[in-house]
Amino acid sequence: MAAQTLFDKIWESHVVRAEPDGTTLLYIDRQLVHEVTSPQAFEGLKLSARRPRRPGATLAVPDHNVPTTDRTVGIADPLSAKQIQTLEENCHDFSIALFGMNDIRQGVVHVIGPEQGFTLPGTTIVCGDSHTSTHGAFGALAFGIGTSEVEHVLATQCLVQKRPKTMEVRVEGTLSSLCSAKDIILAIIGKIGTAGGTGYVIEYTGSAIRALSMEGRMTLCNMSIEGGARAGMVAPDEHTIAYIKGRPLAPNGELFEQAVHAWRQLKTDANATYDRTVTMQAEDIAPQVSWGTSPGMVTGINQRVPDPRTIIDDNQRQATMRALEYMGLIPNMPIIDIKIDTVFIGSCTNSRIEDLRLAASLAKGKHVARGVRAMVVPGSGLVKQQAEQEGLDRLFKEAGFEWREAGCSMCLAMNADVLQPGERCASTSNRNFEGRQGAGGRTHLVSPAMAVAAAVEGHFVDIRSWK
Amino acid sequence: MQPFTAMTGLVAPLDRVNVDTDQIIPKQFLKTIKRTGLREGLFYDWRKQNDGSQDPTFFLNQPRFHGATILLTRDNFGCGSSREHAPWALLDQGFRCIIASSFADIFYNNCLQNGMLPVVLKADEVLAMMNDVFAMPGYQLTVDLGNQTVTTPDNTHCRFEIDPFRKDCLYRGLDAIGLTLQHEAAIAAYETRRKAEAPWLFTDLRP
Repeated sequence: MAAQTLFDKIWESHVVRAEPDGTTLLYIDRQLVHEVTSPQAFEGLKLSARRPRRPGATLAVPDHNVPTTDRTVGIADPLSAKQIQTLEENCHDFSIALFGMNDIRQGVVHVIGPEQGFTLPGTTIVCGDSHTSTHGAFGALAFGIGTSEVEHVLATQCLVQKRPKTMEVRVEGTLSSLCSAKDIILAIIGKIGTAGGTGYVIEYTGSAIRALSMEGRMTLCNMSIEGGARAGMVAPDEHTIAYIKGRPLAPNGELFEQAVHAWRQLKTDANATYDRTVTMQAEDIAPQVSWGTSPGMVTGINQRVPDPRTIIDDNQRQATMRALEYMGLIPNMPIIDIKIDTVFIGSCTNSRIEDLRLAASLAKGKHVARGVRAMVVPGSGLVKQQAEQEGLDRLFKEAGFEWREAGCSMCLAMNADVLQPGERCASTSNRNFEGRQGAGGRTHLVSPAMAVAAAVEGHFVDIRSWK
Repeated sequence: MQPFTAMTGLVAPLDRVNVDTDQIIPKQFLKTIKRTGLREGLFYDWRKQNDGSQDPTFFLNQPRFHGATILLTRDNFGCGSSREHAPWALLDQGFRCIIASSFADIFYNNCLQNGMLPVVLKADEVLAMMNDVFAMPGYQLTVDLGNQTVTTPDNTHCRFEIDPFRKDCLYRGLDAIGLTLQHEAAIAAYETRRKAEAPWLFTDLRP
């Protein structure tokens, strides 16, 4: 048999039917559902009198709209409340497992999937959310879809797909102290551009990737879509297997052993080729800070804001000028001179226990700068519980951070956690689009460590030399 | 789904690269449980000036582009969030066809699910059309899905590519789910085979 990539192996094992022109009916093992992109899909099922093919293959949770403050008082926004109520009704009507808003297991959909052992190597996973790429950290083929396809998967457990191309992103070497998976992925997007991965599935390889924890791999794969790739993946290894073992929805006993045997085969063969390969050296990656309104507009902490006058390409120069105007930045100003007034630590990119442990350890004994509002939003109820058991909440609160309930929160500001016009936020989330965190708000994407340092100093600092 | 065969329509220009779906329709409009009525949120932040009034320079606010059915834009249109509300909002505004030099994958696919045609043309073709839209009031294009061409007022034909299966679905307005359900036997056979080799994938997630 010809040498195969990890992607090839997963793809081949999910082909239900392939047409001569390459159009493939691909089997989808599992689907995650949240309140924002599912109501119209369930409505479609009702209108066409269809039922989910395998209701037991889907897991639902509200996350985008939920308040991160006390939930016992309900949701103030009637539209948000209605959307969450609709999800509950649909899950009841169609017999789909739901972690409700007040369930300890509730959280950001891409945090709870791995946490529950829902996310397994070698599977195909979809969700009506572009950050579904997160689950690729386990060696799954996971990608975001629109609502019509959510309905399609509910009804058929399949999707019609054309085979994407493959891209290897190889990162070798050792990261500098306190540099993280977030810095790797921001640097990659800076290099390939926000459309560099369009049409590709990325496999991340190399010693720097192998050295990442599962949380780090999730951060990495999560932002594949910000480079245009619908899916990113890391081959499963012993870290992966150890992470999955014993989780509530993971196989156990003999079934687990059988699964592990299959998972160990899930790696790219030695002679397999990719359509494109990009290489980076981990030592070259400085802590990253985005300066613009697209995730590709990013640079190292030791750099300066770009000067549009030096950009030759018309489109790029105009986009840069527009971004700097929106962001209120001056060409050539050092990144470390950018002052912030808000800090958000959370989102499906960086809200897991490892992120919070690191952030809390850096915040310990320090205090948020005067005039800065800083909030920590754990990725799930269980992450929050564990953090509290470890005393992380106390460290954050003593340092002046707000400690919130789990949800998507200020990553997309669909709930009450919103930037005001002109406010400038150091955010551990994934998108710095105009208005993403609130109309007129300004977002700088950074790692959790960089966010804590910015909160304490009131401006960006190089975490590598921060005391 | 409404079939898409051919159309001639007024063209509206959005001369920007990397237009993300957060701009096409901001988050506050995603709280709906319906597919319709989303035009109110289309480019909501870009339509307004800082004082909250309508920005007369934004294309949607210019009378000359009222009634446009074709949107002409630049690289990587529709990047970011997978929200299908973005094509729904464009459709609700009257756009059935979007022409760009490239699209983000999820947005491109979402258009096709809604009877909308995303057309990829070469960057220089888009540039020429963009210049003409601004220069020529009432500028129209003819988009022919059957022949896979976009025709300009001076009768230049620009060829575009589209996946044959997607083209057929769009051209005939086929129900994608209904098509897949025709392969019920193949799906069931796959499940039987797969369950034997990977039984852990068939555990019911419900308590």
